[in-house]
Amino acid sequence: MKHLLSMADLGVDGIEEILRVTESFVEVTARDIPRVPALRGKTIVSLFYEESTRTRLSFESAAKRLSADVMTFSVATSSVQKGESLKDTVETIQAMGMDAVVVRHASAGVPWQVSQWVDASVVNAGDGWHEHPTQALLDAYTIRERLGSLEGRRIAIVGDVKHSRVARSNVLGFHALGAEVTLVAPPTLLPPSLEGWPCEVTTDLDALLPKLDVIYVLRMQRERMTEAVLPSMREYTSRYGLTARRAANLPDGALVMHPGPMNRGVEIAAEVADAPGTVITRQVANGVAVRMAVLFLLLGSGASIA
Amino acid sequence: MIDATGTRRADVAVRDGVIIEVAERLDESTQGLELDASGCVVAPGLVDLHTHLREPGREEAETVESGSRAAALGGYTAVVAMPNTEPAIDSAAVVRQVLELGTKAMVDVRVAGAITVGRAGTQLAPLGEMADLGVHLFTDDGAGVQDARLMRRALEYAGGLGVVLAQHCEDESLAAGGHMHEGEWSSRLGIPGIPAEAEELMVARDVALSRLTGAPVHFLHLSTAVSVDIVREAKAAGLSVTAEAAPHHFTLTHDSVSAYDTRFKVNPPLRTAVDVAAVKQGLADGTIDAIATDHAPHSQEAKEAPFDQAPPGMLGLETALALALTELELPVEQVLALLSWQPARIAGLQGQHGGPVAPGHAANLCVFDPEAQWTVDGNRMASRSRNTPFDGMALRGRVRHTVCRGEAVVIDGVAQR
Repeated sequence: MKHLLSMADLGVDGIEEILRVTESFVEVTARDIPRVPALRGKTIVSLFYEESTRTRLSFESAAKRLSADVMTFSVATSSVQKGESLKDTVETIQAMGMDAVVVRHASAGVPWQVSQWVDASVVNAGDGWHEHPTQALLDAYTIRERLGSLEGRRIAIVGDVKHSRVARSNVLGFHALGAEVTLVAPPTLLPPSLEGWPCEVTTDLDALLPKLDVIYVLRMQRERMTEAVLPSMREYTSRYGLTARRAANLPDGALVMHPGPMNRGVEIAAEVADAPGTVITRQVANGVAVRMAVLFLLLGSGASIA
Repeated sequence: MIDATGTRRADVAVRDGVIIEVAERLDESTQGLELDASGCVVAPGLVDLHTHLREPGREEAETVESGSRAAALGGYTAVVAMPNTEPAIDSAAVVRQVLELGTKAMVDVRVAGAITVGRAGTQLAPLGEMADLGVHLFTDDGAGVQDARLMRRALEYAGGLGVVLAQHCEDESLAAGGHMHEGEWSSRLGIPGIPAEAEELMVARDVALSRLTGAPVHFLHLSTAVSVDIVREAKAAGLSVTAEAAPHHFTLTHDSVSAYDTRFKVNPPLRTAVDVAAVKQGLADGTIDAIATDHAPHSQEAKEAPFDQAPPGMLGLETALALALTELELPVEQVLALLSWQPARIAGLQGQHGGPVAPGHAANLCVFDPEAQWTVDGNRMASRSRNTPFDGMALRGRVRHTVCRGEAVVIDGVAQR
């Protein structure tokens, strides 16, 4: 594996391998000194064109726990503000020497373009509406941790699928691991075409709830209100929000997941977010171990984890 | 030799920019430059209804000089320069400036004027003042005229001048924010899409406005199956509409974008295989009158941006003839009708371009080997830009000589200046 750009590139075996290595790193992160020398001497650059504190911190702490050197390229205070092109920025960083670059960008496809321009490994940390593979990996890991396996599990992904890179990566990842995925959203928040998507789709969340093993709630972005995709946030909540009443219709043991940050009271009720079935903080914790596994597999050939 | 009058075997003699003799075998003692056309087709020079020469304003991407050299190498003897320059070609002064640059060019450079001031879609540009300088086509290309009332007035006014309005059909309220064809691939790639209906709505609207005003409308770069159907019905109803299609819309589909390669970003966007088949059918059955390149050079820097920030457009002049010969499965005569005499008529250039190859007519000729195989090399284009999506593609049919106004501007595939 040279880059991690899309869940589609991994295949079942690739996903399985990352999840297996993640397990070792979950053990590492539980140690008193959660650090291994696996990537000593390697340089990892985090290049975030779109601010995302949690994903950036997760990657950076994963890299540090592997003993890699971490360079943070801060777009807000850099040459980018002086008009430097994406390609020039990337080539400049490359010239300083790096082994991997973790890229987040508001435009779909930027990690692909970067991978054409550099020798280093490229990790997609979220590109536009397109993909966010490490999120899908940590979600799959979290489900497996709680439910044992994704095989035959019924998972609903609820909300703004159209604009969601998390949804795109998760549909691919959950399906690859054997889950039955259903998208639940108003038609204005679905992609214009679902041709080739290995999932079902419905607008009736209530009918689906009693059959679910996992409900994955997507963040509802307030800026969508200006695009006439929904009459109001209130209407969204009343039809698609995971309220306490809806959560009560989930089977016992069903998992409630959310990629964060949450809009409490919009897509998920506060009491649901804090309830025992919710694994949202577990997702965050596993995020570091998954990203350690990804960086280790990309850069650590030959090194042992211990 | 192939022109609108038929196919025959003949030599051609040219003097002072004019064809003086066409005969089975000319006297070989004639003095002057002799071009070997054995194994080749001799045809009227090609005419491009849709060329972005980028001058004034974007000279880093193309100039009248470089773009016309690319045109000559592609077998063209006339191009119509689109008015979306900076400033826009929306006044007699800018028309004069581009025509003046064109006097030194290797091909006949004509100009399309803007329909509205600054192509802003709010106020009618001085069409009459530009028509007085010989401008025959008017368009806000790059954008469609959104306001139906303004478009109606423009058509009525243009009808009185005997000029033709050409529309870039795109309903902006529906297309806004889109960067590729809306469908399977845009959904998968997470790129905001432009639905086919954004084009079709305006094609349908302008057919209605042509009916209302009686004025002709030329449809630029049709790209969808329904657009082709609407134009076919309008023609059957006797309306005065014409249409063009670009080579990339009969050769490439939206899945080409799968690796986010910005060379495949174009507007209208690459569509589905069904649309490609419909455009081919429209070219074959006469619904679409012309192949027009929509040659749209962009600098490397501009194209090396994220997909949703890169400008749309691709090169076309140096590959159009070969793509038509390779991909269309049409007789050479019909390909030439689509590339030469039919667009010449739409551009108001009949008599000067598009043949016939006969004594007394302007010596604007294209000589090409219809069987020659070659591979497109984006780094060896005469254009200042490199944004061809056809790089590396093996094509059939290659221009050997181009004669413009009696001057051999391309000899054996080499531009002479």
